[in-house]
Amino acid sequence: MGTTIGVWIAAGLTLFIYSFLYKDNPFYKFAEHLYVGITAGYWIIYTWAYVIQPMLIDPMIKNKEFILIIPAFFGIIMLTRWFPQISWLSRWSIAFTVGMGAGLGVTGAIQGFILPQVQATLVPLTGFNFETFNNFLIIFGVLTTLVYFYFSKEQKGVLRWGSKIGITFIMVAFGASFGYTVMARISLLIGRIYFLLSDWLKVLR
Amino acid sequence: MLKRTLLLILFLILSISLFSENDSLIFLENQFPCEGFYITGRDIPNDGGSGIEINWSFPDSLDNCFLTVLRRDEFGNNSVVATDLLVSSKQVRDVSSDEEPSRVKDGIKYYYTGILSKKIIDENLLNILKEKSYLKNGTYIFNNDTFYVTSETDAVISKASWFNLSRIPVLISLIIIAFVFLYYLNLAKSGKELYIRKINGLDAVEEAVGRSTEMGKPIMYILGIGYVTDIPTIAGLTILSRVSKKVAEYETKILVPSYDPVVMTTAQEVVKEAFTEAGRPDLYNKNDIMYITQDQFGYAAGVDGMMMREKPGAVFLQGLFFAESLILAETGHSIGAIQISGTTETAQLPFFVAACDYTLIGEEMMAASVYLQKEPMMLSSIAAEDLLKVFIMLLIIAGFVISIFAFGFNIGLFKNLFDHLVNALQV
Repeated sequence: MGTTIGVWIAAGLTLFIYSFLYKDNPFYKFAEHLYVGITAGYWIIYTWAYVIQPMLIDPMIKNKEFILIIPAFFGIIMLTRWFPQISWLSRWSIAFTVGMGAGLGVTGAIQGFILPQVQATLVPLTGFNFETFNNFLIIFGVLTTLVYFYFSKEQKGVLRWGSKIGITFIMVAFGASFGYTVMARISLLIGRIYFLLSDWLKVLR
Repeated sequence: MLKRTLLLILFLILSISLFSENDSLIFLENQFPCEGFYITGRDIPNDGGSGIEINWSFPDSLDNCFLTVLRRDEFGNNSVVATDLLVSSKQVRDVSSDEEPSRVKDGIKYYYTGILSKKIIDENLLNILKEKSYLKNGTYIFNNDTFYVTSETDAVISKASWFNLSRIPVLISLIIIAFVFLYYLNLAKSGKELYIRKINGLDAVEEAVGRSTEMGKPIMYILGIGYVTDIPTIAGLTILSRVSKKVAEYETKILVPSYDPVVMTTAQEVVKEAFTEAGRPDLYNKNDIMYITQDQFGYAAGVDGMMMREKPGAVFLQGLFFAESLILAETGHSIGAIQISGTTETAQLPFFVAACDYTLIGEEMMAASVYLQKEPMMLSSIAAEDLLKVFIMLLIIAGFVISIFAFGFNIGLFKNLFDHLVNALQV
């Protein structure tokens, strides 16, 4: 019985959300507000249960890790935004977080993107065969794409042509990515329709 | 042959004498280890400690066998590291983790015993073996019709490394990058004019804000579902500053629905400062920069609903986007808003290109914030980045030329050079 009620609620809310494809309407508004409200509430509980309690309170009380007072302090001063006289204190937390993110981002980008990308572009050209053609295309594509992202000079002459070829490579890659992702989204839609026809309407078995 | 015969006789004698005592389980210690089978352990290099790597070698004829690895510490406590590994896997790591912090500890001597068997080791035998503290190298175990052989490592101690030497290429790159950035920063400080080319789509910012103002509609600025530590979100916030300034100058309204509370707080600061800079702090309303939810599709549903009701004249999608990108961009398109998007997520850029009027692709987004402000200090960072791009291009061209000589003309010297170049970039 409980499962049946659950299926009916899920199916109803699915249809309410899909009704947005026609136009904004009270059913969509209801589903939207329910969804946003529930998820916002869920994340409050999630933050308490998976962040504040296990990462701050438990280590401080059980393991006496009092060093955690520092991040706790930065967290608490974020709340000073409610008090206009001392709201400037929250900027410390923001500055720390943004600075840390930018700093870590540099090393992460070098290690995760730049060096592996350059290494992957150093491919062997073994002779007149399809593999060589493929590898040459990779090298040429990377070089022209880099030219497209060169900002310090006006794109004239060689730079203009290099940039045009580069953006062509980018668009071809986007086209492939678009098709691939759309296929994945269609499979999500199929999953939802299957739920409606199978679990709810029981047309499919 | 003689040795094997003697071993068999010894086994039979011991089988008869021990059968009644130990329920068909017989240990023959101090034998010659199975030829070609040996196990070694070492501290995992370049790690933060609490990790030991166990490797083993075996004769090809035992390719289908299984290996169980036991750990004994210097205090005589035994525990199981891994059971029934395919012997061909050749390696297992014994590592403490957040989930299992009770495993290897730094500074303690550990001895690892590998038990090689044709059949998967059963639980009863495993429990018996765990109790035994004297499983020495080259112990033969006979259990009914199954035959096991052990090999033990010398003492292994794990320790934390001060430096991760495998990341030296990252350090060198970081030093080069820092040097180039500092050089251009000094150049900018000395008053040298630095150039940045026109970026398509950015001239449309003013047009978009102006159009919204004329239509009496607000502007919606969506920062995506990134956190304030994400670079695209930081770039999105920088562009937000410029857009907010224009909004204040045109005396219109900006809505910033946020996914993350810290991003919301930062966006409030950015917009407030921009309004103040434009001389209109009175127009700033912090409730226009609101928190929606931290659920990806909940956020998308909330922003979509807001778009349909508020009908903004311009929608900016600048930040980190994932699967919700097309949902948001399509809704913006359906209400007829002028849309300017930008992200570094390559999987989402095609959707923005398809559904938005202008799209800032990847690094264009970072350059956009510089282009809009044209501050010498920020321009220097673009110039430095461009020099590094030239350096990368030269490196690729050098690799291309070396590759032709190495593989096209088959010259050994260039092959070595090519391999060195590829290995130097390994992280």
